[in-house]
Amino acid sequence: MNFIQNLPVPENLLYAIAGVFALLTVATVIVAIMRRGKEPEDHLELWLRVKSWWYMISIFTFAIVINRTLSIVFLGLISFLALKEYLSMIPTRRADRRVLFWAYIAIPIQYYWVYAGWYGMFIIFIPIWVFLFLPFRMVLQGETQGFLRAIGTLNWGLMMTVFSLSHAAFLLVLPETALSTDYPVFDKSGAALLFLLVLLTQFNDVAQYVWGRLIGGPKIIPKVSPGKTWAGFLGGMFSTALLSLALAPYLSPMSLLMAGLAGAIISFSGFIGDVTISAVKRDLRVKDTGNTIPGHGGLLDRIDSLTYTAPIFFHFLRYFYY
Amino acid sequence: MLNKLLRTLFFLLIVRPLVLLGLGLNIRNRMGLPSKGPAVIVANHNSHLDTLVILSLFPLALLPRLRPVAAADYFLRNPLLAWFATKIIGIIPVARSQKGGNPLALSFEALSRDEILIIFPEGSRGTPEELTRFKKGVALISKKHPEVPIIPLFLHGLGKALPRGEAVFVPFFCDVFVGSPQTWEGNKEQFMQQLEEQMAGLAEQGNFPLWD
Repeated sequence: MNFIQNLPVPENLLYAIAGVFALLTVATVIVAIMRRGKEPEDHLELWLRVKSWWYMISIFTFAIVINRTLSIVFLGLISFLALKEYLSMIPTRRADRRVLFWAYIAIPIQYYWVYAGWYGMFIIFIPIWVFLFLPFRMVLQGETQGFLRAIGTLNWGLMMTVFSLSHAAFLLVLPETALSTDYPVFDKSGAALLFLLVLLTQFNDVAQYVWGRLIGGPKIIPKVSPGKTWAGFLGGMFSTALLSLALAPYLSPMSLLMAGLAGAIISFSGFIGDVTISAVKRDLRVKDTGNTIPGHGGLLDRIDSLTYTAPIFFHFLRYFYY
Repeated sequence: MLNKLLRTLFFLLIVRPLVLLGLGLNIRNRMGLPSKGPAVIVANHNSHLDTLVILSLFPLALLPRLRPVAAADYFLRNPLLAWFATKIIGIIPVARSQKGGNPLALSFEALSRDEILIIFPEGSRGTPEELTRFKKGVALISKKHPEVPIIPLFLHGLGKALPRGEAVFVPFFCDVFVGSPQTWEGNKEQFMQQLEEQMAGLAEQGNFPLWD
């Protein structure tokens, strides 16, 4: 018991994590039953997906439960892998090799601001310093052919994979008291907020998919993402708001009303993140962003929604509570 | 003995983490890789990383049998580099300028010991991410050991990560395409043509982003 009490997370969070593992166990049993007595190829994709979920949830749990520094390093690593996937997927110029090197260097620096809890620097470092420095560095290379495309794609990639995602990490270091008063707004660890964000985002992905498959019906934007239907979108929003209602009051400073609103916001912004990365893939004529995660595709395929939900959920919370 | 331990540790603690995290591999037809020697891997050459990536494709237990064939004049140019190249990377040095003796003798011996040779028939790293004509040494090896499978391997991305003449490593995913084994059928020209065609075919499988 002593060990558990020493972890930097509230007890509520541990129960919530146990709940996720219970849910995953149920899902695994269902898929195993679906596959019983069938060919090994039957529902193979689904099986790989479930297996990958076990790995992802276990790694994520480990990363957020052990200590805060590890959690920040872990999220920095996710940013690095996502940026690498992005830069390997898009057209780049020979002349820009060293410019890309500097783009990678922005990752440890950005996550250092998170670690230091330096909000002012965290919020301007990429949009001001990095976005102004990289074009300058690119100009020094002297190659003007394709300059606009090169700097545009690079800045946008950093925005998605580093700046957006680092907001998830900043949830960990939000102060425990409100700025104007000394009243504790939330005396629990930021790990619970991070967990809530990631759980609601990923749950929404799954819920949108399941509702879409169950009901079908008219599509939202068939040109970008043929699988997305209105039924999936609205069903996902309803389910995610419901889950948020049930969990957020225990894991965050939010009231019931705000919890439901946060769920709906996460659902809506997750959808945008998803179709934005889909549009990139369509443009590049690739199906997946990679094959790092069996059954899911690349890392960016898995965290596409998070590129929108992380900053939006963060600023929603920060505006109202911190 | 100490060198053997150092080689294992170098690959386990430095090369593999670097290849998996710093690069990341997308491997097509991994089952096509040989599980034991003798065999010859023939790959395109864009970067010093090529050798490290190919050596990382195999289980650690096979490491002692993996022998990259590399230019003696480049890798044996000073004692420290020579030690690193022959003992840690495990290269078989080959003389590029022929002055008596068979430059491939050491390679033949290695195949007789059931080792797996790694050969870059382009001869040099050249311009990154461009295929050049193959040198014929690999045909001579196949002629001498006709029963040994020759397996083409196409690598993409390493010329972007660390091209010739660059000291700064920039992370990029590496695509690896494993071809089907080829054996000697009695004609050098035909053998080389078949090999080059297979390599070009592997290159076409990839949907690589523009790098201009």
